[in-house]
Amino acid sequence: MRPRRILIGTLAAVLGAFAIAVFAQPPQARPQGGSSAGTVAVPTGLREAGRALFAEGCSSCHGFEGEGVPGQAPSLRGAGEAAADFYLRTGRMPLDQVGEEPLRATPRYSDSQIRALDAYVASLGPGPAIPVVEPGRGSVSDGMQMFNESCAGCHGTGGKGGVAIGAYAPPLGEATPTEVGEAIRVGPYVMPSFSEAQLDQRDLDSIARYVQLTQNPDDAGGFGIGHIGPVPEGLVAWFAAIAALLLVARLIGQRNEGDEPGGEEGGKA
Amino acid sequence: MIRRAVRFLDQRAGAGSALGKALRYVFPDHWTFLFGEIALYSFVILVATGIYLTLFFEPSSSTIVYHGSYAPLQGQEMSKAYASALTLSFEVPAGLLIRQVHHWTALVFLAAIVLHLMRIFFTGAYRKPRDLNYYVGLTMLTLAVIEGYAGYSLLDDLLSGMGLAIGNAVALSIPVVGGQLGTLIWGGRFPGTDAFFSRLYIAHVFIFPVLIGSLMALHLAMVAIPRHTQFRGRRRRESNVIGTPLWPGYALRSLGLFFSVAAVLFALGGLVQINPIWQWGPYEPYLGTNGAQPDWYLGWLIGALRLMPHFDVVIGGYTLVPNPFWGGVLFPGLVFGFLYAWPAIERRLDRDYAPHNLLDRPRDNPRRTAIGAALFAWVATIFFAGAADRAFVQLGVPYEGQLWGYRAASVLVPTAAYLLTRRVCEHLREDGGHPGRGSGARVLARSRSGGFEELRPQGQSAADGEQG
Ligand code: HEC
Ligand code: HEC
Repeated sequence: MRPRRILIGTLAAVLGAFAIAVFAQPPQARPQGGSSAGTVAVPTGLREAGRALFAEGCSSCHGFEGEGVPGQAPSLRGAGEAAADFYLRTGRMPLDQVGEEPLRATPRYSDSQIRALDAYVASLGPGPAIPVVEPGRGSVSDGMQMFNESCAGCHGTGGKGGVAIGAYAPPLGEATPTEVGEAIRVGPYVMPSFSEAQLDQRDLDSIARYVQLTQNPDDAGGFGIGHIGPVPEGLVAWFAAIAALLLVARLIGQRNEGDEPGGEEGGKA
Repeated sequence: MIRRAVRFLDQRAGAGSALGKALRYVFPDHWTFLFGEIALYSFVILVATGIYLTLFFEPSSSTIVYHGSYAPLQGQEMSKAYASALTLSFEVPAGLLIRQVHHWTALVFLAAIVLHLMRIFFTGAYRKPRDLNYYVGLTMLTLAVIEGYAGYSLLDDLLSGMGLAIGNAVALSIPVVGGQLGTLIWGGRFPGTDAFFSRLYIAHVFIFPVLIGSLMALHLAMVAIPRHTQFRGRRRRESNVIGTPLWPGYALRSLGLFFSVAAVLFALGGLVQINPIWQWGPYEPYLGTNGAQPDWYLGWLIGALRLMPHFDVVIGGYTLVPNPFWGGVLFPGLVFGFLYAWPAIERRLDRDYAPHNLLDRPRDNPRRTAIGAALFAWVATIFFAGAADRAFVQLGVPYEGQLWGYRAASVLVPTAAYLLTRRVCEHLREDGGHPGRGSGARVLARSRSGGFEELRPQGQSAADGEQG
């Protein structure tokens, strides 16, 4: 009877361990479809539509001509189409609160509105154009090396984010290839911008390809438990393995009051 | 059958009587006595899986260009060590399974030792005559932490390289001797020479395992020679042991535990990914990744390094004590120093120099339990601070705020733990109840004449008798 209890207990413990391990697995980020890339031929109508949208939603901070308001928001002259597209498609603009780090959110504008705003901001002064990023042309190995050299210090080697000095370096799980290229060229918030000389077109493709890999990494070893290494591993060790083994110990070991009358006395003082 | 084998041996080698005695060795029963066994069996699995890994791992820091089967790393320059760990993971049959089991087991090994330490501490099992063995246990814990660190540092991936960089900074921070110590271990400036790598390897696969294994044998012998401790209870006295004899009862049960440990660890190793080194990439000293973390058993040191405000002791332009010293050396020094010193401190405080073979329940000694609770709460608070950056990214708790919160908590939590534990223990001792078990209700018997008399539970009266 006891052995059966032990067996059942062990089984339950092992199953329990897996239940925990499975639930410890956060939902995986899905790579999103690429956003519209390509240089926009700027029809005047589009720019005018952008101007109207800008006056309504952005001018309170950036000024009516995008000239910037000291203490509120920077001038957008020379920010370029890439900056506008990046900040709008990642929902960072319009900002809620001056002084806060802009964070990724659901975009407030539709695709056509974003194109209009992009055109308007581009018309304010020369700035980086939206880069054309094609991960398929890049090399994932080069991308990984460049990412570890230039980006991992803030975003972490697997692109899972971290604390940058005075800022939040976001995880890149949702970034599209175009957004990766834009971020590299624009350098949002405390992130440095990288010029063509530092990272060329092929490098953008390679880095974007590597970022795609981090969004869907090769989990040869089983459940990925977040792909951030030791912290979730420690949680699983304690809350799955140790918890299961304590349960086993509890089932096969005795409690104090369970004194078996038949217990032998080893009085060998 | 075993008995027959004993008789066989006895008649030929005369060893039977000792063996027979060993088979009749009595193990007192309590489930918390099994934590140490979990650690023991983890060690067995660590050695077994480790041997398999040494057959394929190449401990060399000379570089090659990777052309293995993991495409994203093809063409990258890396150390042979890292490359062979990749081959081990992707090409060697069962290599990844064994590597993962080995790593999971290391985490569980350390966790089981810590649980075992807590059990020993809170039941007063470290008291004379077992204080020596307690020191052996603490020494094994220290060695096991270093052994684990050496183990994941060997792989030469980005995380392990950063771990070594931190270890190097901590070593260099030791006043006066730090520089020499760093040079001695690393053979020069970080990241060190080839010799460092072979030192790390031989330490991990030979020196430390042999030390731990020998101490473990000593530990077990020292458990058996003065007999096991046991909890107070019916018929249990300082001079006896009540429980299950080694054969057949205890050995089979223990074997069951071994299989359970192996089952859990192999299941984890097969199903849950641990340290996916191919996702981190190779290490170069100029590279660094955000959010690098050590294995959990070093998390308390990372927490301490994080929490310590920036200050160095500078005397006339010479930095006597660089910052990493506080969190990386002083803090673990204090914790382990206290644990080593505690049996002597307690003896002095209580003027109790007598040997003790009966365990206390945690409540029986509120002062000890409260001090232990405060100590472990302190370490745990600082441990959690080590993951503050993850809490920031995953849960969005502001990072600087967390640091100050943890700094406050590292004073408040231990204090609260001390006061609360002491109160609870004292209350329980008066009350006689057990948290989560029984209602504290009393059993009354009605006598013929109509009066009531309280029946005391059996175990307790015996315990009270012992205490007198
Ligand atoms: C609440 C005030 C506020 C509003 C409203 C706002 N912004 Fe901003 N914007 C800021 C601040 C502050 C920054 C600087 C943040 C930074 O450095 O990342 C900024 C930065 C930008 C940048 C990047 C500038 C650069 O040089 O890279 C762009 C582009 C931008 N905003 C576009 C817009 C657009 C388009 C809108 C309207 C949809 C808008 N913003 C609405 C405050 C605002
Ligand atoms: C100094 C730290 C730092 C470095 C280095 C850095 N980043 Fe960033 N990155 C940031 C910060 C901070 C943000 C968030 C900006 C904001 O909130 O507006 C960011 C945002 C991004 C985003 C937008 C993420 C999203 O989902 O909205 C992408 C993509 C990105 N970075 C890619 C890169 C790449 C690729 C590199 C390397 C070439 C890199 N970063 C280097 C700090 C950094």
